[in-house]
Amino acid sequence: MTVAQDLTTTRSITTGSAKRMPRRRRGRREVVRSVVFHVLSLALVVVVLYPAAWMLLSSFKPSDQIVGDVGLLPKEFTLDNFLTALDGIAGISFWTFFGNSMALAVLSVIGIVASSSVTAYAFARISFAGRGIWFGLMIGTLLLPFHVVIIPQYIVFSQAGLVNTYLPLLLGKYLATEAFFVFLIVQFMRGVPRDLDEAARLDGAGHGRIFFSIMLPLMRPALVTSAIFAFIWTWNDFFGPLLYLKKPDLYTMPIALRLYVDATSTSDFGAQMAMAVLALLPVLVFFLVFQRYIIGGMASSGLKG
Amino acid sequence: MTMTIDTPVAGATDVAPATAGPPAPSSPRRRRNGVAGHENRAGYTFLLPWLLGFFLLTAGPMVASLYLSFTTYNLFEPPEWVGLQNYQQLFTDPRFLQSAQVTLVYVIVGTPIKLAAALGVALLLNNSRRGQGFYRSAFYAPSLIGASVSIAIVWRAMFIDDGIVDRIGQAIGLDWGGWVGNPDYTMPMFILLATWQFGAPMVIFLAGLKDIPQELYEAADVDGAGRWRRFWNITLPMLSPVLFFNLLLETINAFQVFASAYIISDGTGGPAGSSLFYTLYMYTKGFVDLRMGYASAMAWILLVVVGIITLIFFRSSKLWVHYGGDAR
Repeated sequence: MTVAQDLTTTRSITTGSAKRMPRRRRGRREVVRSVVFHVLSLALVVVVLYPAAWMLLSSFKPSDQIVGDVGLLPKEFTLDNFLTALDGIAGISFWTFFGNSMALAVLSVIGIVASSSVTAYAFARISFAGRGIWFGLMIGTLLLPFHVVIIPQYIVFSQAGLVNTYLPLLLGKYLATEAFFVFLIVQFMRGVPRDLDEAARLDGAGHGRIFFSIMLPLMRPALVTSAIFAFIWTWNDFFGPLLYLKKPDLYTMPIALRLYVDATSTSDFGAQMAMAVLALLPVLVFFLVFQRYIIGGMASSGLKG
Repeated sequence: MTMTIDTPVAGATDVAPATAGPPAPSSPRRRRNGVAGHENRAGYTFLLPWLLGFFLLTAGPMVASLYLSFTTYNLFEPPEWVGLQNYQQLFTDPRFLQSAQVTLVYVIVGTPIKLAAALGVALLLNNSRRGQGFYRSAFYAPSLIGASVSIAIVWRAMFIDDGIVDRIGQAIGLDWGGWVGNPDYTMPMFILLATWQFGAPMVIFLAGLKDIPQELYEAADVDGAGRWRRFWNITLPMLSPVLFFNLLLETINAFQVFASAYIISDGTGGPAGSSLFYTLYMYTKGFVDLRMGYASAMAWILLVVVGIITLIFFRSSKLWVHYGGDAR
């Protein structure tokens, strides 16, 4: 199954009522089974979403009523935690961290989508000598633990004076080093009929034109999926910023959050929860808006592994 | 000419072959030298960014870290060749051995639990009832946020002394106290955090389940096979390629857990080293103590271990992964 098909199946499942049986033909047994299914599933949803709901609702509780309060609803509702969190830390405004994260994430999305789609086009549509070997190496990097490259990378970047810049965090994104995205887009392109580019080639179009005027528009679903994952993963990234950003005014949200926890370790849990919620807010918004793309992309990544 | 590209891509029936290799060349027609040369030029032009990244940020650093692993290096003085000393020292370093043990337990116990949860819920959801999309999204959500610092903070707040998990324990008569500070309970806490993120492999299992041809089950019904036999003889074999993929990826990912271990243990590796994950120790050695040769040796040991595990997976897959009968 290709990404393209998968995205549609996903869509038809989520919207889909096509497979539903007419109501009156359902037997009693089917009704019982259906009830059992929903009760079980809902119970599981409650368990699974509890930690996230607890975080969200705790951020509205007074600081001393958070730890140990199993209940979700605040007995006293307060916005103080958010006001404290928005004050920032160490004289640096919350919005600085938020802006840093946003800039890094947006620049990463651009780099990943551009470089991965170009790379994927080479693998999926151009038959050049050595393609099989390079493709194999690309898949190999998918399984490579990042540990083996991180130390030399750090040494080179630090000797080039690039610690405390975003360049070390961005360079790889513009050079398609995250094989997941290349693989995702290659999978998608394999599902696009070749007739279109064959026809364009007969008309004398080169690979550059085929890529820009035929493939790019057709690839939109795959590009959107890649962009969403790229955004969320960059936004949540902790290790890279921890290594390369040492000045608090350059911090992204996750490391600012860590600094915040250290600075308020005397147990201002309310502000910590509020800050944690704010750090996840863009991710939650993305998830709510784009869940079909996210789940479709995740599902297709597993097939044809 | 005008190209009608508003035909839905999704309707594409041209399904590429089901291999992990590169797609076959477009047509078998004989290419003249000029065409082949043109394709080569175009291919390498498009591949240029990736090639740069591969050599500068992956292959080059890999070789460099192999070299560094035979040296002592602290970022300020030039590396000094010490042969196998780092490796020898590692195997007598109790903290290293502990970090290896902690990580192995996490991988070996945590991954099967997570995958079992993923498969179980996928089987529950694999039907055409209403609400499926909602359930799937709800179960998937933790996978997106589970590795974040925010959730690590929430997890710590939930599992500390007098936290909600402690309270729940008291309510059901279990006096386990805070899990964060108790070396016996930190590992279960991390495994719970991993299991909580069962949604990603679940979505992949679900996609695999939908691909199993319904006729197989109908045939089994005719033969009078029960639920259990249908699962064992149809679902599991047909799902084995997806199971293989999930197992491989989740195992490799489990070796690399970092942010949650760092946050929950405050960067220390937790009570009595019980949450000293491999990456955490490597980070401490390399970037806090600046023993970069030593940390590089750790990185290469990890690479070799992951490589061996991958190899075992692929070799053994012939025995248990069923690739035939793909009726797509």
